[in-house]
Amino acid sequence: MGRITLIVVSLAIAGFFAWQASLWTPNLELNSLAVSLSSGEVKRSSAGLSSSASVATSLKFPELTGRVVDGANMLSLAQKSSLNSRLAAFEGKSSDQVVVATIKSLEGNNLEDFANRLFRSWELGQSGENNGVLLLVARDDRKIRIEVGYGLEGTLTDALSSLIINQVMVPEFRSGNFGQGIIEGTDMILQVLSGDLSELEARKKRQDNRVSDYSDVGVWIFLAIWGVCFFGPFGFALLAPIFGKKTGKKRYRWLGIDIVYSSSSGGGWSSGGSSSGGWSGGSSGGGFSGGGGSSGGGGASGGW
Amino acid sequence: MFSKSNSYRLPLAKLPVPLRLFNAFRVLSIVLIGAMLAGCGVNNIPTYEENARAKWSEVLSQYQRRADLIPNLIETVKGFAAQEKDVLTSVVEARSKATSTQLPSDVLTNPDAFKKFQESQAGLSGALSRLLVVVERYPDLKSNQNFLALQSQLEGTENRIAVARRDYIEAVRLYNTELKTIPGRWWRSWMYPENNPMQTFTIEDEQLANPEVKF
Repeated sequence: MGRITLIVVSLAIAGFFAWQASLWTPNLELNSLAVSLSSGEVKRSSAGLSSSASVATSLKFPELTGRVVDGANMLSLAQKSSLNSRLAAFEGKSSDQVVVATIKSLEGNNLEDFANRLFRSWELGQSGENNGVLLLVARDDRKIRIEVGYGLEGTLTDALSSLIINQVMVPEFRSGNFGQGIIEGTDMILQVLSGDLSELEARKKRQDNRVSDYSDVGVWIFLAIWGVCFFGPFGFALLAPIFGKKTGKKRYRWLGIDIVYSSSSGGGWSSGGSSSGGWSGGSSGGGFSGGGGSSGGGGASGGW
Repeated sequence: MFSKSNSYRLPLAKLPVPLRLFNAFRVLSIVLIGAMLAGCGVNNIPTYEENARAKWSEVLSQYQRRADLIPNLIETVKGFAAQEKDVLTSVVEARSKATSTQLPSDVLTNPDAFKKFQESQAGLSGALSRLLVVVERYPDLKSNQNFLALQSQLEGTENRIAVARRDYIEAVRLYNTELKTIPGRWWRSWMYPENNPMQTFTIEDEQLANPEVKF
């Protein structure tokens, strides 16, 4: 009987993990988006339907190494660090994640499509709030894009993004001051985002509340009581042979309670199998990472 | 005496009979069967279906957003280029055609209805891009702030449409694959026989939209 129970429990655990795995599959599939899209592109052009001569090769997403990812070396070290600190301070104030990225070339890819996929793979902005902004510069293609997360589309509208690109950045870029153009453009973005101060503070507050949900005392007390009720007997049964006094065959005495281990009942582990829920942690400290936001293609593009 | 009254047995054997019937083994079997069913993907088809439908409504709302921008755009262009009547009316007509088409409820699974929807939207895309080509001839209009704002909104909306279409295509790919591959195929024949594969975009908007520039 005991052995059968053990087998059943392990099967249940295996089934649980299989279930979890199946829940995760859709997200994993999303990562293959790039592949499926580019294969679609190939099919289209080979059928001769598309007149555009662009040959899109699959372009690797650069790594999100910080708030400034300068893949095309368009910024000096001082500019990078000043941008970085400004963006970090802004996130501290508003929870909005603004990231500046430069790449050497799009290698034939569509700017808007690439910017959107890059934004999503970096998950800029807090999850649920989707308050991220990506300023992307493709150096050799001479193209700029401001990609705006869902949550900021109302503040940093397409028209404003277009103004920032065409009125602020492009003139600087035309005279070769790339670093200056990027810094001024970023400043304008931050200015627009902080334009509506009350909304900004509300966003920050919501975010703080979300974080503090789990540190709420009541939740922890409830969890502690529940945990003791649920796991207490098992823990007690496990610890008794170690700390208790042996009083007979399979009999132990600990803390004034006699514990008898009888193999016939054998159900001691019954509910242990289904309890492995657990929380997924928030973003960990240390390096910079996206907060889980997404974008639906808001923003504007331009070129110089 | 003391030890006997206080002895702590793990309790199943002492439960009253009705409760004992509901013993650990049965509980475990139920949990196990549930987990195994879920592990075999009994829920996948409805999950993917709902996901695809959500993406579809995003596509619709972005197309609607584009249609909503057009009256303003037409008014602004008229102020500077009233003589371009042909292009303007073609845009208006394409818009009314795209918005007046009543979508049948089975548009996602009905190839004809889907094709019709797609063609009417592509027609509007084509008319719009012809309008934007014509506009190039009017420098005053091109530097008009109102027009610039509208143009950037239109571009942004076209881009959102592209993203929404991409998401929809991916969601439908997942759903259709689930219907056709093995565990999903069995589940469909057993539990969801009325779930049909969904249609996806085949005509590229740009294909019809490519404007011809004449000199």
